[in-house]
Amino acid sequence: MATPAAVPHTHEAGHSASPSGLWSWLTTVDHKRIGILYGLSALAFFVLGGVEGLIIRSQLSVPNNDLVSAPFYNALFTMHGTTMIFLGVMPLSAAFFNYMIPLQIGARDVVFPRLNAFSYWLFLFGAFVLNVPFLIQPFTAGLDPSSTLAPLIRVIPDGGWFGYATLTGKEFSPYLSIDFWVAGLQILGIASMAAGFNFIVTIFNMRAPGMTMLRMPVFTWMTLVVQFLVVLSFPCITVALILLLMDRLFGTHFYIPSAGGDPLLWQHLFWLFGHPEVYILILPAMGIVSEVLPVFSRKPLFGAPFVIFSGITIGLLGFGVWAHHMFTTGLGAAADAAFSVTTMLIAIPTGVKIFNWIFTLWGGQIRLTTSMLFALGFVGMFTMGGLSGIMHSSPPVDLQQQDSYFVVAHFHYVLFGGAIFGLFSGIYYWFPKMSGRFLDETWGKIIFALVLGGFNLTFFPMHFVGAWGMPRRIYTYDEGMGWDQVNLLETIGAFTLAFGVLLFLISFFRSMRNGAKAGANPWDAATLEWITTSPPAVHNFDKTPMVYSDRPVWEKSHGPGPGYSLPEGEEHIHLPPPSIKPLIGAVGVGMFLTSFVALNLSILALGMTALGLALIFYSFYTWFLEPGH
Amino acid sequence: MKPTRASLLLPLVMVVLAACGGDHPMSTFIAHSDLTREINAIYSRIFWWTALLFLLVQGGLIYVVLRFRAKGTETANPEQVHGNIRLELTWTILPIFILMHIAIPTVSLIFKSQAQTTEENAVLVNALGKQWWFAFEYPELGVTTANEMHVPLGTEIEVRLQSDNVIHSFWVPQLMAKRDMVPGRVNHIKFKAEKLGEFYGQCAEYCGDSHALMKFRVVVDTPEDFAKWIASQKAPAETEAATAQAGFQAFQGAGCVACHAINGTTAAAVIGPDLTHVGSRTMIASGILENNEENLKKWIKDPPGVKPGSKMPNLNLSDEQVASLAAYLQTLK
Repeated sequence: MATPAAVPHTHEAGHSASPSGLWSWLTTVDHKRIGILYGLSALAFFVLGGVEGLIIRSQLSVPNNDLVSAPFYNALFTMHGTTMIFLGVMPLSAAFFNYMIPLQIGARDVVFPRLNAFSYWLFLFGAFVLNVPFLIQPFTAGLDPSSTLAPLIRVIPDGGWFGYATLTGKEFSPYLSIDFWVAGLQILGIASMAAGFNFIVTIFNMRAPGMTMLRMPVFTWMTLVVQFLVVLSFPCITVALILLLMDRLFGTHFYIPSAGGDPLLWQHLFWLFGHPEVYILILPAMGIVSEVLPVFSRKPLFGAPFVIFSGITIGLLGFGVWAHHMFTTGLGAAADAAFSVTTMLIAIPTGVKIFNWIFTLWGGQIRLTTSMLFALGFVGMFTMGGLSGIMHSSPPVDLQQQDSYFVVAHFHYVLFGGAIFGLFSGIYYWFPKMSGRFLDETWGKIIFALVLGGFNLTFFPMHFVGAWGMPRRIYTYDEGMGWDQVNLLETIGAFTLAFGVLLFLISFFRSMRNGAKAGANPWDAATLEWITTSPPAVHNFDKTPMVYSDRPVWEKSHGPGPGYSLPEGEEHIHLPPPSIKPLIGAVGVGMFLTSFVALNLSILALGMTALGLALIFYSFYTWFLEPGH
Repeated sequence: MKPTRASLLLPLVMVVLAACGGDHPMSTFIAHSDLTREINAIYSRIFWWTALLFLLVQGGLIYVVLRFRAKGTETANPEQVHGNIRLELTWTILPIFILMHIAIPTVSLIFKSQAQTTEENAVLVNALGKQWWFAFEYPELGVTTANEMHVPLGTEIEVRLQSDNVIHSFWVPQLMAKRDMVPGRVNHIKFKAEKLGEFYGQCAEYCGDSHALMKFRVVVDTPEDFAKWIASQKAPAETEAATAQAGFQAFQGAGCVACHAINGTTAAAVIGPDLTHVGSRTMIASGILENNEENLKKWIKDPPGVKPGSKMPNLNLSDEQVASLAAYLQTLK
């Protein structure tokens, strides 16, 4: 292993050669490298969550199937949801925040680079805590239920991604499965909040001169909205999880009605987080599409201020609709009516966005690159999810659709057809910037066709099977319900979709090595990330640009304005040195929070708590003493 | 673009084909009560609006892509249009009217369906969610049963939903939509059945291992048949006959008595389903097996094998014990 001293410190302009080796990745504070780490991790977990989805679909392909057991199926759908949301879509969005935001605003890095590294390592630790039970359970499933290690018999989280009380309480889930889930989510929440504050401060303070708020790229705008949603909504789930942990570990009764608690308290806290979370997942994709559609139409975004304002409105309204997840719980007529109306209101800014995207295309010169195809697919598929959403915004209708496959169809149109299509568009759009090479376009079009076709074949029929009464989260179903053929069709769709994703992964790693070379601005795009080299130098920009327009790079070459200018003379560049402290700090925080899981087994867990705390104090204390530059 | 858009039609076509291939006993499209009929009226109103918007957006998207696709011969950039305030106002304001058209009947049905029962002859049923079965009590009629709920046609039924364990959701698509059974609360569903027959219900909230196997039936009877059913359910089980006495011996010997009640005998525990008239039900094990001697034997022999995590344990009964129990339970009509 190399020592920190061997890493060249890039204090001055010109020292832009990237250090290499494992140590340089463990100590990196470069936002681009952290972005790559987030992106590769997200792809890996996306594959894992996808495999979980395929097992679910295989189990449901025929009635009365016994491919997997009931408890394992329940663990699978719990982990499929948890993984796709927290370990797939969120970090893939984070990859683009990290890589692109400093570049889009003409900055050299985020404002707190070490905090940024800390967020990533903590995310990875949380992902590990959530998934390590898959490796433990095969060895512990057969333990004697009366032994002291009995809590280990079930360790894979199995309470659903929504973890409803009282099922997650000690009485009904006596094993460690829920504790691993609580610890993992708690760790991921801290990682997300740290990153949220970092990006809010970065976007407000690190913009290049001349870049007013309304000259900011729409992706940066949507990122800003998302970070506010993160820092305002994650505290709710953090509190909810702490209360659950106390119920489970120390015998409190926050969610236990027999002692005066209320299981609906969990649902309120969870959805007060969970609904903004939906927008945390979808707004980055909306930002990406708002970049991609104009570039490949060679036009500006139609009604850009309206698109931005709609994004802000969606974010704000997102805090006022949580109880639409609870229409069946009996909140009372007044609450049902109020939350129904606020939910319907969200259709308005969402519609504004959709119409502005379509009018961006109007009169343009549309180039159907793979990135553009995914962006167009996003508009079409996301609209489907939005329209089915209007249906269950009406509580009486929701009394039929809630917890049926109709809802499964709805949110997959939003989160796969929406978020993931948008993120794929972003991958094809920014891959040349990140790697200096193009992703293969011929493969890209085949992949798009397979993904679009497979996606619709999987999820469109779910509207029907849901309306025909098939409940969610059932590991098996009987013959004679009229659900058989449709389920088989969905499974065929899922494997088609998976084949498309497999081709994408092959194409991705092939093109990384031998894709066609891309220049600084291969798409003739409009925003600042395209003025630097592909891939960018460690310090991003030799000189900080002066910005005169919301499309600086486009206007520079096509007019009418100057777009941007570069200052005369040499510029002093300083970058923070690499540091291992963020990694140590993340391990400390992770160990501290995970020690609560072990507390169920033995008092020795206190040692783990102490070690975690010691690492936290050591890393943060020395972190503060470290020279920042 | 063309071939992939066409592929969108494929699932549609196949679903329509599949739809023709059989009936759907849990279909929400079929309404047999006042409540579900009114829900479906709102549903179709929303459906046609969304269908219109769907065609508008998808059609518009395909049209602009086909019409404005770059030919490669353009010499100048397209006109750089930044927006249009009139269009923005149009697509901000017009949807408000559509939403009002949906919201008004929605809000009125919310209040109407959740209002207090005013009808004097309304039948009250307490439905209790268990892991993983349903108990039904008719407090005013003095009947307790499980997994099969009888209601009279055309009479207002008020179902009070409760749970003393985890959250369940009580869903009968064609009669009463669904509401959750939340521990510590009492929820209500109110409806009038409009068709005689047997209707399928199933738990719709994830409630642990055997959530998928938590089903029930609702039987809509004529008021006369309902009265007969009530009378028969109120009667204690036959205890005099020799077969009944031998059967009850087995019931006691095997330990069943610790959890189950049989009215008219000393068995009075309320942990498991009331078995006084178990022989009269169409299904056993909460709607997953047809009620016959073979299935009863299978169920009694190894409950967790039939229903994962079942609270009824495998008591390692001998084949003779299982056979006599099954025979006895069949007689409890």
